[in-house]
Amino acid sequence: MIKKEPSMDAQKDLLAGYFARLGRAKDEGRPVVYTFVPGNLVELMAAFDVAPVYPEVNALQSAMRQRSSGFIREAERGGHSEDVCSYVKCDLGMLAKGNVGPTGDTIPPPDLLLLSFTGCFTFMKWFELLREQYDCEVAMLHVPYVGDGVVTAAMRAYVVEQLQREVIPKLEKVTGKRLDLDKLRAQLARSRQAEEDLAWVFKSARHRPSPIDAYFGGVYYIGPIFTSFRGSEDACRYYAMLRGEVEERLAAGLGPITPEGSLGDEKFRLVVEGPPNWTSFRDFWKIFYDEGAVCVASTYTQVGGTYERGFRHDPANPLESLADYCLSCYTNLPLPQRSRILADMVKEYEADGFVIHSVKSCNSFSAGQLHMLREVERLTGVPGGFIESDLVDARYYGQANIKNRIESYLQMLHARRTGGSVPPPPRPERVHLEVVP
Amino acid sequence: MTTTQPTIEALVADLEARFDDVDLGHVRAWKDGARHRLAVGCLPVFAPREVIWAAGALPVFVRGAGDRIETIRGDAYYQSYICHLPRSTLELGLLGHLDVLDGMVFPNTCDVIRNLSGMWQTSFPQHIVRFLDPPQTAEPASAAAYLHHELTTLFRDLCAHNGVEPVPARLHLAIADYAAANVVMRELAAARQREPWNLPVDEVYLLKRAADSMPPRDWADLARRYLAAAAARGRKPEDRIRVCLVGSFCEQPPRALLRAAEKAGCYIIDDDLTLGVEPNGPDPLLGDDGDPMAAIVAAWLRTTRPSAVRYDEHGTAGRILAERVAAVGADGVVFAAPSFCDPALLDQPRLTRVLDQRNIPYTSFKYAENTGQFQAIREQAGTFADSVKLWGTA
Repeated sequence: MIKKEPSMDAQKDLLAGYFARLGRAKDEGRPVVYTFVPGNLVELMAAFDVAPVYPEVNALQSAMRQRSSGFIREAERGGHSEDVCSYVKCDLGMLAKGNVGPTGDTIPPPDLLLLSFTGCFTFMKWFELLREQYDCEVAMLHVPYVGDGVVTAAMRAYVVEQLQREVIPKLEKVTGKRLDLDKLRAQLARSRQAEEDLAWVFKSARHRPSPIDAYFGGVYYIGPIFTSFRGSEDACRYYAMLRGEVEERLAAGLGPITPEGSLGDEKFRLVVEGPPNWTSFRDFWKIFYDEGAVCVASTYTQVGGTYERGFRHDPANPLESLADYCLSCYTNLPLPQRSRILADMVKEYEADGFVIHSVKSCNSFSAGQLHMLREVERLTGVPGGFIESDLVDARYYGQANIKNRIESYLQMLHARRTGGSVPPPPRPERVHLEVVP
Repeated sequence: MTTTQPTIEALVADLEARFDDVDLGHVRAWKDGARHRLAVGCLPVFAPREVIWAAGALPVFVRGAGDRIETIRGDAYYQSYICHLPRSTLELGLLGHLDVLDGMVFPNTCDVIRNLSGMWQTSFPQHIVRFLDPPQTAEPASAAAYLHHELTTLFRDLCAHNGVEPVPARLHLAIADYAAANVVMRELAAARQREPWNLPVDEVYLLKRAADSMPPRDWADLARRYLAAAAARGRKPEDRIRVCLVGSFCEQPPRALLRAAEKAGCYIIDDDLTLGVEPNGPDPLLGDDGDPMAAIVAAWLRTTRPSAVRYDEHGTAGRILAERVAAVGADGVVFAAPSFCDPALLDQPRLTRVLDQRNIPYTSFKYAENTGQFQAIREQAGTFADSVKLWGTA
């Protein structure tokens, strides 16, 4: 039996504590704010002591607990097309069934809908639908898409002005408090500290063997910093602990932890583009670790901040820093830049290949990925793999098909490298890993 | 000397020829007509026509290829769950049909068109490629300042590329040109609502699609000739219901689908097929500061017609649709959205809830721009029309 690392327990406790606090928010007089993960303003929200809710986190957590299919069916019975985003339908279905969250606690209704419209057009439509359900304040933050790959002064000024004229006044209204700029700066300073540690953890994958899996393990690592905990003491402690553990693994020459134990034999190093499937997350992961494939870098772990690429919050310029954060999230970048990031990661992490996981629900990610595939192959000379499923709609996940494609792809990589046959997969020791993304 | 009024058959034949010319020969001819002329493609839905025109460039809406060409290469770039418009648009570009264009403007209509802008940058480096993210915020001062900056940058860059001076006078003229076209566009809307039997949907559609790629005053002249010829037809009304078509603002349905719906018993008297070339609110009006760009910005922000790609700030899109149905005298609504179109499909439940509350009948179906089978849609539209005629409801 492999011992779980303390950071796993710490992360599980963080998430459980988050949902418990959320359940008490109304009793404690804390206003509840619904918002989205990419480009979220958690430091600003924390400065007002509000309780944030992230609908897409509820959706993915529901999917990992096999509850999303029922919610999606509920939404489709309500008139939503099978064609549209399953995150939206999962959330609306959950709402229609009483808004009971993934941990069984009822999610309190919002006092403010804060739409930070970053990197995904569908977010806007999602909030229009949510607004129909609630009689509450609404704040819209339009974050321009960085179409030319350059954050301009005009874009930054536009976002900062909206923060000053729209978002902060609405937060002041629902909380009855004035913004404490020093409190916001302190939050941002702690964000920066945690971001340093997280970036270090991701960059540790440049070593051979990589001590982490930056995609399947990475989604656990990003959980706190992408959501409610960025800027908190808890996040600083968690990321310091995580970094310490990874340092130890690195020193010991250990591979990443999988649900079946440490991966002992790193056979393939891969970069992954696109979000994972959540309904069969462990089965999906198993396809990779059974073959000794380690994901040494991923783009999904940059949707809530490009820390690995160097972004840090800046307490000296709080509002400008929040604007830069929103503008620079991965899905707010144009495809040529996204392709270059992928290509750079293939080189920096000395990857054998890259896999694009295309999800039906997310046009922000998926539209153009076949073009990216060609571009990254052109830029790196490395062949890419392409697989398809969905975020939280189990009807679009086909284990056999994906397994077949990944195995074939890895065989091709192996043959390309050696000209020989594929080695047998490693047999890691079993361990129970908590589901706490 | 007398001028001969063209027959309506000749006018429609000309419109069809324009529509079918995927190489945009008429755009080429216009460019060749004088120096300092560019052509700039615009993806749906909204594009800054006045600004592009002011820079000496003809705005050319690119709404996919429809069923006019077979999409082969474009399909290789998209998964099965992505709509069809970007595939055929790429196909047009890759096959050289868009070579007459000097640039492309991609408005933030959805994530698919957004990402297509990046693909275009890589695939067509000879084009000026601009992504335009019009403000979606409810905060007007910030929105105006940002949009003013974005449009001024576009204007200056296009002027520089075209070798002309970016002077305000050019914007004043462009505003006047499009105001002239808007007058006729409003007359067209009124005429089809008044006498849809004289203005079949297919012809109105061809006429509006001509506005996609014609100089505004030329189009206004053409449209006036069509209106005069259509009014002279003297057809008798048929026993059909009157409907608004909603949800087709980006990827276009095949013309045959529009004809099928009309022949099945629905006069389509209002639609959102070509929102970008129609007045969606007041025309730009010069303010005290005399800044024409500020007038264009203010007009954009004052847009009164909701669409799925504009933030519905007050949650009133359903109510406004219901009021539009009443204003144009429609009996019901036909929701026709392209498959996998998030903006249109996510809007439908919000809109239909309001229609339900007001007992306005509606029906809905999906299509792709190259759909080739219309029997099911014809039957559905026919059943809808019969139900409304018999019972006043769907």
